[in-house]
Amino acid sequence: MTDDLTRLPGYQLAARLRAGDISSRDITAAHLDVAERQNPALNAWLTIDRELALADADAADARLGEARRGGEAAVDGLHPLLGLPIALKDLVSVEGRQCTAGSRILSGYVSPYDAHITERLRDVGAVILGKTNMDEFAMGSSTEHSAFGPTANPWALDRVPGGSSGGSAAAVAAYHAPFSIGTDTGGSIRQPAALCGIVGLKPTYGRVSRYGIVAFASSLDQIGPFARDSRDAAALLHAIAGRDDRDSTSAPAAVPDELLALPGDDEAASSLRGKRLGLPREYFVAGMEPGVEARVREAVAALEKAGATVEEVSLPHTDYGLATYYIVAPAEASANLARYDGIRYGPRLGDGDVLSNYLATRGQGFGAEVKRRVMLGTYALSAGYYDAYYLKAQKVRTLIKADFDAVFDAGFDALVAPTSPTVAFPLGARLADPVSMYLSDACTLPVNMAGLPGLSVPTGLSDGLPVGLQLIGAPWKELELFRLARGYEAVTAGAEWRGVEPPALTTAGDAGARTPAGAH
Amino acid sequence: MATLSRADVEHVAHLARLGLTDEELGRLEGQLNHIIEQYGILARLDTESIPPTAQTIELDNILRDDVPRPSLPVDAVLRNAAESAGGFVVVPAILGGAE
Repeated sequence: MTDDLTRLPGYQLAARLRAGDISSRDITAAHLDVAERQNPALNAWLTIDRELALADADAADARLGEARRGGEAAVDGLHPLLGLPIALKDLVSVEGRQCTAGSRILSGYVSPYDAHITERLRDVGAVILGKTNMDEFAMGSSTEHSAFGPTANPWALDRVPGGSSGGSAAAVAAYHAPFSIGTDTGGSIRQPAALCGIVGLKPTYGRVSRYGIVAFASSLDQIGPFARDSRDAAALLHAIAGRDDRDSTSAPAAVPDELLALPGDDEAASSLRGKRLGLPREYFVAGMEPGVEARVREAVAALEKAGATVEEVSLPHTDYGLATYYIVAPAEASANLARYDGIRYGPRLGDGDVLSNYLATRGQGFGAEVKRRVMLGTYALSAGYYDAYYLKAQKVRTLIKADFDAVFDAGFDALVAPTSPTVAFPLGARLADPVSMYLSDACTLPVNMAGLPGLSVPTGLSDGLPVGLQLIGAPWKELELFRLARGYEAVTAGAEWRGVEPPALTTAGDAGARTPAGAH
Repeated sequence: MATLSRADVEHVAHLARLGLTDEELGRLEGQLNHIIEQYGILARLDTESIPPTAQTIELDNILRDDVPRPSLPVDAVLRNAAESAGGFVVVPAILGGAE
């Protein structure tokens, strides 16, 4: 019986909760049990807060009870996320809890306040199960750069879940929670969603407030939902999106309530008819696995069969995205990470002299990838190099954005592309050469550079591992992307690969306590 | 594009206030140069008349009323500090000698 609840999508749990079949406590306990049993093998969670989660569940049950006494309108007014469990990437501030950002330099730090999205999740009555593992300071594409050991992919324990939001992706893929939160700066929601076979959205830049989210690159970071169904991901976006005075980059754009009313399979199947989709030729990058390309082209055929037109388009500056991103993001990171100095929070190392304290605290507190990027960023911004690197990259960013603007101006409803050039790669495979790791994001980072919304949905398997299909929209068009995704989910509802559960879960529950691999 | 010498790497590390071991400095010299080599592709583009993009959202002059509101309580803030006393964070002396 416990396993049944974890296999239900959020919107079905919400229906059963309202029908009075089950309580939030039932739902929460079922998910906690699975998460605790499997975490030694997966290391998806840095902390599972059982007592706090059950308290949230009891509060949600009480709220539902009170609403029932208030009548049907009161119950209808409750958000679908009420009483449902969610995992938060460990860079989201939750008052009174850890917020490591996957780093030793924030060991012992306890958030003194809630992030904006945490306040929103509390407003709607969601149940926070705990904090998930991530690449340190969101810098990575595999979760191997966490100071607390890597996370394993539920599809194969010797493979990466992707990154940097690997813990949040693995937790949802493994049925520990129907919802989780990640952040995406260069692909860190979409790529792990693809590698773990789930839905992941990077909203338009400015859609979700970054207040209380540990910053990596302030002009690129966005917070977004993971789920196993686009209806759930849309409901979570609805809960967290919207203007917040404390983040001056959060936009006053209206958040459509239609995000809570995406159609079921019967209605959704016909919604692809007449949609004009663009397939950017440059996204079939060198090094793309043939199996990934095959799944994406099959998806295109399915979309066409459902009545959409798919035309090849060109985004000519795509290949400049990697260099541009790896100048802009590290530069912004070098500024954002200057605050980690052991003065106001975190361990303070060194022999008591202020300079040697900085050198020791930061030298030992940051991992290798973080130090690499801080060095790159510092160099790109330093006197004599600013024009050649940072300013140049900002100009190329204009060209990358203009490519997308031209395609949307030409009337395309969305672009369809691969999310990741490969399926999940083996743990350790890309650690020797940083650039090989950076290539994981070739199809995702241009979307961050342009500030556009990008959604990854599962589209079959290659060699038994999930492949993701990416949908890219014009600014503020998340609802349109979710409708397209819902259409795709509907026309592939009977596909054989939809009935496959991540195989590693059958063994993940049996593993004993696992020693974390340790930071490097 | 320029290549980094070992001295350059040490200089950048100092600017970033990162205390690195010899081994790290040596490894970074190779890795950083390899990454910087990838930047060379940007030189192919003529961006003379292209304006830079700092942010994609096209919001201007976001203002709010200058109304004071409560900030974090001092004790909550100090709870995370390695050393605090009398409502302040204690830090190593910056200026030498008697004040």
